[in-house]
Amino acid sequence: MDDLWGAFVQAIHLIVSRDPDVMDIAWRSLWIAAASTAICVVVCLPLGSLIHFNRFRGKHLLLSLLQTLFSMPTVVVGLFVYIMVSHSGPLGMLNLVFTPTAMVIGQTILIIPMMLGLVISAFSGVDKAVMETATSLGANRLQAYTVNIKEAKFPMMTAVAMGFGRAISEVGASMIIGGNIVGYTMTLTTGINRYIQMGDLEQAFALGVILMFMALLINIAIYLLQKRRQYVWFPS
Amino acid sequence: MVPVIEAKKLSHAYDKRNILKEVSLSLDRGDALALIGPNGSGKTTLLRLLDLLERPYSGRIYFNGDDVTRSGRRRLHARRRMALVHQKPIVFNMNVFNNVACGLKFRHVDRKIVHRKVERILELVDMSDYRNRDARMLSGGEMQRVAIARALVTRPEVLFLDEPTANLDPASVSKVEDILARIISRGKTAVLMTTHDMAQGQRVARKIGVLINGEILQIGSPGDIFFAPVSKRVAEFVGVENILPGTIVSKENDLAIVNINGVEVQVITDLAQSENVHVMIRPEDITFARTRDASSARNVFQGVINRIIPLGPLTRIEVDCGISLLGVVTTRSASEMELKTGSNLYASFKATAIHVIKRG
Repeated sequence: MDDLWGAFVQAIHLIVSRDPDVMDIAWRSLWIAAASTAICVVVCLPLGSLIHFNRFRGKHLLLSLLQTLFSMPTVVVGLFVYIMVSHSGPLGMLNLVFTPTAMVIGQTILIIPMMLGLVISAFSGVDKAVMETATSLGANRLQAYTVNIKEAKFPMMTAVAMGFGRAISEVGASMIIGGNIVGYTMTLTTGINRYIQMGDLEQAFALGVILMFMALLINIAIYLLQKRRQYVWFPS
Repeated sequence: MVPVIEAKKLSHAYDKRNILKEVSLSLDRGDALALIGPNGSGKTTLLRLLDLLERPYSGRIYFNGDDVTRSGRRRLHARRRMALVHQKPIVFNMNVFNNVACGLKFRHVDRKIVHRKVERILELVDMSDYRNRDARMLSGGEMQRVAIARALVTRPEVLFLDEPTANLDPASVSKVEDILARIISRGKTAVLMTTHDMAQGQRVARKIGVLINGEILQIGSPGDIFFAPVSKRVAEFVGVENILPGTIVSKENDLAIVNINGVEVQVITDLAQSENVHVMIRPEDITFARTRDASSARNVFQGVINRIIPLGPLTRIEVDCGISLLGVVTTRSASEMELKTGSNLYASFKATAIHVIKRG
């Protein structure tokens, strides 16, 4: 028990003194997750608009599929991306294996289904008359989509926060694709894994505290956003 | 002159149910047409087709002479020169000013001009003090005015209004009607509105169209529609409650005698002798008296009161004179005349107050 307390105090000390190794890892985690989230937003807003506002064959199937993929195991995504970018894989010539870029790709693939689902559910919470009203006021398609996105801005931001939360807390994909290389691809989650194996509990604890702190911030953000507007979780 | 908007034989169906059947109409700049019709008659669908929010199943729509029925780009271009105010307008999640500015922003209008136009239009609808309010917090009447302002700010050549006062209190109704009257009097915009309030159609528009079951049965002046309906269905809808089937038994100049169930009624008509007809009398055109000598009308019949239905300041009475007649008297005179079920009464109406159409 004393060990645990000592490790915790040490961890706080590492954070407060801004230990370069710890800060480096935290910063890397942050930007990789942020980059994945940003790419997802760019993909999911237009794609979500197209899916939500158009009727097509297999739409229901697609929506159920997305819902299933919400809980896609991270190691499966890791394995898939690893196969794609490994030297003998189809993208091998890009030399992406064990790089932060590959990790961004992995996290992006991991969170796209969830974010897309949440974006569509955010749209479905918007009154259908918004689309028609915007159109009758002279909006072209793009402008009408934008009005809908603005109407759903709180659930949209929730979707972004949840995507980011899943990206930064995921360990399986980053471990497999990034290889957990110190000073290059080690993130908060994979770092904790490594330091525990090395018996360096202080370091592991410090990373854990930062991760918890980030998770707390994200959850507060989600809570505040959801309080602003009730919305449908997923279209039935 | 090319009509600003014209529909030719528009038909539409949802789920194989026909909503509109070969509807044709056209409006010039400055025209104001009110479409009246019962719920579900296709009024809203017609407006949505004309505002190019939906493509018709068949038929053509012309905007300033251009066929805009199909082509996407032309439709956007035409749509930007029209505006539709929905029956239950929704406002966007922003303040009043930005709501009204929407249409202009979609058209990439310069920011300064947007500001000037929005301010001016807010003044027109008497909402200037509300410019910074959250539009979602407004009352129904205020939202309706925002919706009208939002439509007007783009200076549409055609303005469609779907039941613009359906959910409003009387004070808001007259405010909205005032605004519409002002727009119509400027003569630059063609206005097409739907309403199920016939009196409103008459107050606001110069022409009235009757849309029943997806068909326009009659378009004309309020006088034509109310006093000379072309068919039994129109007559029933516009409140002609006495529609009596009969046959013209004699004719002298315009004056004809119609035999209705054994009772002979004198009417003015240009229909020929032995024609089967419907005789239409509005309840308001029948006067009642306890004695015969009070009336100078050609048609005076003695009858017995079958039913008395009080309606606030007015009272409806049903009198059996061999033919059953529905009429109204003021509640005050009903009590002065001591009207009771079973009491005798003279019903009279002028030959000119009767509208006669062919039957069958």
